[in-house]
Amino acid sequence: MQDLNGLLLGYLPIVIFLGIALGFATVMIVAAYLLAPQRPDSEKISAYECGFEAFDDARSRFDVRFYLVAILFIIFDLEVAFLFPWAVALGKIGMLGFWSMMLFLGLLTIGFVYEWKKGALDWE
Amino acid sequence: MQELIMTYGIPLAIIVAKILAIMLPLTITVAFYTYAERKVIAAAQMRRGPNVVGPFGLLQPIADAVKLLFKETILPSKANIIVFLFAPILTFTLAMVAWAVIPVNEGWVIADINVGILYLFAISSLGVYGVIMSGWASNSKYPFLGALRSAAQMVSYEVSMGFVIVTVIICVGSFNLTDIVLAQKSVWFCIPLLPMFVVFFISALAETNRTPFDLPEGESELVGGYFTEYSSMTFALFFLGEYANMLLMCAMTTLLFLGGWLPPLDIAPFNWVPGIVWFLLKVGFLAFVFLWVRATLPRYRYDQLMRLGWKVFLPLSLFWVVATAGFLVYFDMVPNAG
Repeated sequence: MQDLNGLLLGYLPIVIFLGIALGFATVMIVAAYLLAPQRPDSEKISAYECGFEAFDDARSRFDVRFYLVAILFIIFDLEVAFLFPWAVALGKIGMLGFWSMMLFLGLLTIGFVYEWKKGALDWE
Repeated sequence: MQELIMTYGIPLAIIVAKILAIMLPLTITVAFYTYAERKVIAAAQMRRGPNVVGPFGLLQPIADAVKLLFKETILPSKANIIVFLFAPILTFTLAMVAWAVIPVNEGWVIADINVGILYLFAISSLGVYGVIMSGWASNSKYPFLGALRSAAQMVSYEVSMGFVIVTVIICVGSFNLTDIVLAQKSVWFCIPLLPMFVVFFISALAETNRTPFDLPEGESELVGGYFTEYSSMTFALFFLGEYANMLLMCAMTTLLFLGGWLPPLDIAPFNWVPGIVWFLLKVGFLAFVFLWVRATLPRYRYDQLMRLGWKVFLPLSLFWVVATAGFLVYFDMVPNAG
């Protein structure tokens, strides 16, 4: 229990830092809001579109490839997440640990090659 | 009461003092980094750059800050105001709190946590939320497209960045940033892991949306990217956050590859110089390279950017993880074995 408390105490400065930074940023915005004259009119606060009236809602359909990138990212970022503990413990887990990860990476590489051949990585 | 102050008040005051000792110089450095950027680009283009406000224009960033403070805060009529205002606060806060774990010298760190590099990786990944939130909440086309591009670009390069960090972890056997620096006592990692150093630095350019990967704010096509609708301090916070992130990436590169506060050679007169001077010199040099790259290179096309991230950096860094681990295991050089 004592150990856990010591571990958590190490994070206390980060929490305080978070509070100070949030407070600083909020104060800056509020100060600018109070100090500067606020004279909004309908033209000034409409969405910027090079001088035109906005044609339609900005939240329209967009390219499906952005989803594809997000999905690929999840796969590979998970892979990285698995690699972190393996990398730090490589000295202790021996040959079995090393080869298990190589097998895992090999399987993922097969998937990666398949994606490449399918053209999922192209942006044309 | 006295006891309460002694046990909680004084340690708390020390922590707050340490935080301010990082945050205030950092904010000032970021302000002057924008000045340095204008001067460096001006020099590259044979211009003078800012030279009116103060000697050599040195007071320019302060004049800019005061000007932004006295501008009207525009809240677009169609925007979701709460998310719209929270996005710059988040960007700025994340860019600041990441510095809590950066050791500028041996033991000179606010929170010496044992998962320091994971914390840095997590904080820099969270940065994409500020971009997405601002782009979506503005409810305007340019910010929306800019945010989409920016998010896709940041996540693409984050993957190879993760692999690079894993490569370094394999060579160190610890997540602690002080351990990572001390492991480079004999040789800086930029020499044995040179390709990873290059990949990391280029990914850092992409992560911070810098030239040649500045498509999210390519002003010729997207006006200002995700912060088109921002003004006054909300804009300033984005700006400060972005430049603080650039300096953070320089600091990360220094810690991972350039030996942090260690001198280039552990002999006199190099080791007479205090560690923090070496650290600042290295960060300053990398920060200059950021500006140099911006002054030199043209912008990438979006498909070239995606190709570089997914088809070059990802396989290369994945291969290097395997090669490094295989090399260390084969020659029995893995750290903390046993």
